[in-house]
Amino acid sequence: MEHIRTPKVENVHMIDRLTPRKSTVGTLYLSSTHTIFVENSEARKETWVLHSLVYNVERLPTNPSGSPLLIRCKNFHVYRLLIPQEKDCLDVLASLTRLSRPECYGELFCFSFNPNLDKELREKAWGFIDLKAEFSRMGIPSNLWHVTAANHEYRLCETYPSELFVPKSAFPAVIVGSAKFRSRGRLPVLSYFHRDTSASICRSSQPLSGFSARSTDDEQMLHAIMKSNPVSELMYVVDTRPKLNAMANRATGKGYENEDHYTNIKLQFVGIENIHVMRSSQQKLVDVGELPAPSMSDFLWGLENSGWLKHIKAVLDAGVFIAKAVAEDGVSVLVHCSDGWDRTAQACSLASVLLDPYYRTIKGLMVLIEKDWVSFGHKFSHRYAHLDGDPKEVSPVMDQFLECVWQLMQQFPCAFEFNERFLIQLHTHIYSCQYGNFIGNCQKERRDLRLQERTHSLWPHLWENRAEYTNPLYRTDHSQTQGVLKPLTTAYCFKFWKGMYGHADKSVASHQSPADCLNAVREESQQLEEELIAHQEVPRETDAGQETCPTEGEENFRGEEEDQQAV
Amino acid sequence: MEFAELIKTPRVDGVVLHRPFMPTVEGTLCLTGHHLILSSRQDNTEELWLLHANIDSIEKRFIGSLGTIIVKCKDLRVIQLDIPGMEECLNIASSIEALSTLDSVSLMYPFFYRPLFEVIEDGWQLFVPEEAFKDLESMTDEWRLSEVNKDFSVCPSYPSLLTVPKDIDDESLCKAASFRHGGRFPVLSYYHKKNGMVMMRAAQPLTGTNGRRCKEDEKLINATLCAGKRGYIIDTRTVAVAQQAKARGGGFEQEANYPQWRRIHKAVERSNVLQESLIKLVEACNDQSHSMDRWLSKLEASNWQSNVKEILTTACLAAQCIDREGASVLVHGTEGTDSTLQVTSLAQIILDPACRTIRGFEVLIEREWLQAGHPFQQRCAQSAYSNGKPRSEAPVFLLFLDCVWQILRQFPCSFQFNENFLIMLFEHAYASQFGTFLGNSVAERLKLLLSQKTVSLWSWVNRPQELERFLNPLYEPNNLVIWPSVAPQSLLLWEGVFLRWNRSSKCLDEANQEMVHIIEYNKELQNKVNSLRRQLAQLETEDGPLQTP
Repeated sequence: MEHIRTPKVENVHMIDRLTPRKSTVGTLYLSSTHTIFVENSEARKETWVLHSLVYNVERLPTNPSGSPLLIRCKNFHVYRLLIPQEKDCLDVLASLTRLSRPECYGELFCFSFNPNLDKELREKAWGFIDLKAEFSRMGIPSNLWHVTAANHEYRLCETYPSELFVPKSAFPAVIVGSAKFRSRGRLPVLSYFHRDTSASICRSSQPLSGFSARSTDDEQMLHAIMKSNPVSELMYVVDTRPKLNAMANRATGKGYENEDHYTNIKLQFVGIENIHVMRSSQQKLVDVGELPAPSMSDFLWGLENSGWLKHIKAVLDAGVFIAKAVAEDGVSVLVHCSDGWDRTAQACSLASVLLDPYYRTIKGLMVLIEKDWVSFGHKFSHRYAHLDGDPKEVSPVMDQFLECVWQLMQQFPCAFEFNERFLIQLHTHIYSCQYGNFIGNCQKERRDLRLQERTHSLWPHLWENRAEYTNPLYRTDHSQTQGVLKPLTTAYCFKFWKGMYGHADKSVASHQSPADCLNAVREESQQLEEELIAHQEVPRETDAGQETCPTEGEENFRGEEEDQQAV
Repeated sequence: MEFAELIKTPRVDGVVLHRPFMPTVEGTLCLTGHHLILSSRQDNTEELWLLHANIDSIEKRFIGSLGTIIVKCKDLRVIQLDIPGMEECLNIASSIEALSTLDSVSLMYPFFYRPLFEVIEDGWQLFVPEEAFKDLESMTDEWRLSEVNKDFSVCPSYPSLLTVPKDIDDESLCKAASFRHGGRFPVLSYYHKKNGMVMMRAAQPLTGTNGRRCKEDEKLINATLCAGKRGYIIDTRTVAVAQQAKARGGGFEQEANYPQWRRIHKAVERSNVLQESLIKLVEACNDQSHSMDRWLSKLEASNWQSNVKEILTTACLAAQCIDREGASVLVHGTEGTDSTLQVTSLAQIILDPACRTIRGFEVLIEREWLQAGHPFQQRCAQSAYSNGKPRSEAPVFLLFLDCVWQILRQFPCSFQFNENFLIMLFEHAYASQFGTFLGNSVAERLKLLLSQKTVSLWSWVNRPQELERFLNPLYEPNNLVIWPSVAPQSLLLWEGVFLRWNRSSKCLDEANQEMVHIIEYNKELQNKVNSLRRQLAQLETEDGPLQTP
């Protein structure tokens, strides 16, 4: 509380830039976790803004009507306030600036957030996603893959999970040797195993090859991975960086695999730019959304100039390449970038979404994020600026993954169990620090912070509310639901994600959503089904009972599904 | 003239048809007077039936004796025909060229087409001005139906019956007509029941450089204002363009002469600019090798989306003046047959829920486009692949449909029709077996005896079997004014038209089917529940209160 200089300011205006007539007057409150605006109107509508979601606060020059204050959020919402007294405005500015930049983990909201769950339930909630079960769903361990204890206590690689899946044929010495030859010890390990073809997706960081270095252990490791796919004599190494960047890394003793040293590998660069390029690209995109009254040309030019959709296309293209190699060519793929925790995570997880219908379900996407991002050491706290730190570490890596999934949803409207709202909610919580899931930069750090004892897990919370995140067009038996997705990645297939970036102005928000209408209809159908069943149970003399309840399997299935959701 | 003269080779075997995102088909190519037909003579395979009138341009190529004809259609589809034999290929190409550019309207397919269905309701009678006027009369007695244009001599592009202020006699109308471009004097376009405000449309006044005025014109439009009220004149041109028009005898209303009116200038592009915009857009959409930067820059350079935004903004402004400001509005551009109609018809879609039904939308097109004299035949003579110098071709109507689609997308539950309905109208405006979009005005259509010699599009569309395809399953009638967002990020490229042939629509079609399925299942349940409820109520009245165990 010591950072709050003024807890309450009255007669504050919340400005709607596009439609000033929709602006409202109310009282602004600052709590230790939120900024709260309560309208003076009869409805006393409240707007809550979490401090940890605040990206920056900007004060504009004072004018006769007061001091304008701009609160920009990490989920791209922008709040425009007009505070009558300049002094109050300065106080709010100073308080919010400090509150939105916590200096240590202990200050984060997740450590004070208390949703009234008892200890036992909370512990159970942390077990909601079980990665061991996920690997066993893929058929791992198998006669070719097993779990290794090499990273017990994180002694081989600090940023990897303690349990790693590797080819059975890779001896411990090979594992250790390979880790030594890889940047930060991030050796090649299994990310996804494709049952239908026995091809796998493995991931790592770049090799420490420089201009001439080689490691027979690493070469054997890759050979073991290739051999774990008995039907293939070939393996792809996908370096997700632009070739030029990869070459530049050789000068610092890193780089990429020399095809002459490894047996039967094919190296492929897919050209995803680095985190700094992506950060500035997204900033440009957000600036486009904030343009005052842009013309169509301003908007389209800004969109082009930001380069954002070009990068989204590059990320999706990487996923498509890997998925095609695995599903169509039956060839295993090793994916890496520099450290193997940003672009590699994007490419592996997108390929998995394309390959495996499970990851297109609500629970499946949670599992995928937990596996490819959380457990494999994607640096959440650095990338999403959970703490006041190095701004060069910040980058919208996860934003891009979620957007690629959204772009896929536009092409395959029936293939995903979740809706856009789910993706946006995930995005918000990756930044919000309300739950412990995304705090820290790797598994070891999370263990040391004792997050499971001190914070709550997001996943069960989302699961309980899954009715809200369900795509009404999804059906488990649909042709789009099953099998591999083969999206078109021609430039014109990519769209500006209005649901994510269109929030700079409230009044631009969409009016009616077909999905919401459909969900309402489905909910009503469910009630009608219940009523029909109730009617049927009433004994009657007439024979009308015959036509009461639909008996087609499909319809019934849908009804049951909704019953579960209503629990 | 006999079509046979133009067809040197009526049949070629072994022709291969290539279409993007579809399997190739090999079969026999036949040319008839009005169609290009490719049939594989196998069951279950699709045949290609293409109206010559739908062909915008063709290109031919030869590799050895194998000829290839690329056929580019007005509905934006591009197909490729591989024809064995150089002579055959050349003959086919020259026939297609000749048959797709017939000059005489009376040789067009609608004059030869005999419907295979029974016409239950004659579409030519869809909109009857007298009946529409009866509706108006039930709301207000300020207007009358004038026959001043019964022989089309006052205004050749207007219909014979026009709704005008009651107090203005025909003589004044003639004088006002002589003061407006093409004789298009101000007439009633829309009456807003909610507050009695009106929207009128006209062509530009002929003020010229010396500031000519016309008392009758001033009186005419002032007659539509309530006492003490001001109105708005929405000029669809920029001030600069309107100023330039003076030099050619046109101009705009001077404040001094129209003190009760406030003039607002907007920047809706003139029709000749729009054709260029369409060509550039379609070019961009058809190149799949574009990088993201190139695609976005080409999309921007086409200006198509800017045009959509400008037209919608102007329509919103007109609607706003009427509904929010409680003021009457007069809309005009130069001729009053293009941008004016885009604005008045879109404003009605925003304001009037009736226009969002299928029937209402058809009436709107009859009233505000066909009868109001939009020169369909000139504007739709060529589409995006025209090579020649554009004469008066322009996608004015397509832009209107695009704007409607934008509103439909923003209010997916407020329209009785779906996107397919709009796409169908686009197709038929450019090439059709029906006579509806032939001719440039009511007068021309009468002369062509269209209603006797051809079938109306509406006669076909309004049959229940056809209508089903065009119904929006999400439709919930609502009586509200709907305000679309015109922010650039709210306006999308109309993929259903511009990317239609450049991607597979399978997944999107499936999504639509699923949507229909969900709604239909709900209706089925509702019916069952209702019938049970009725039975239950009946039982209760027969047996007294029901005893449940």
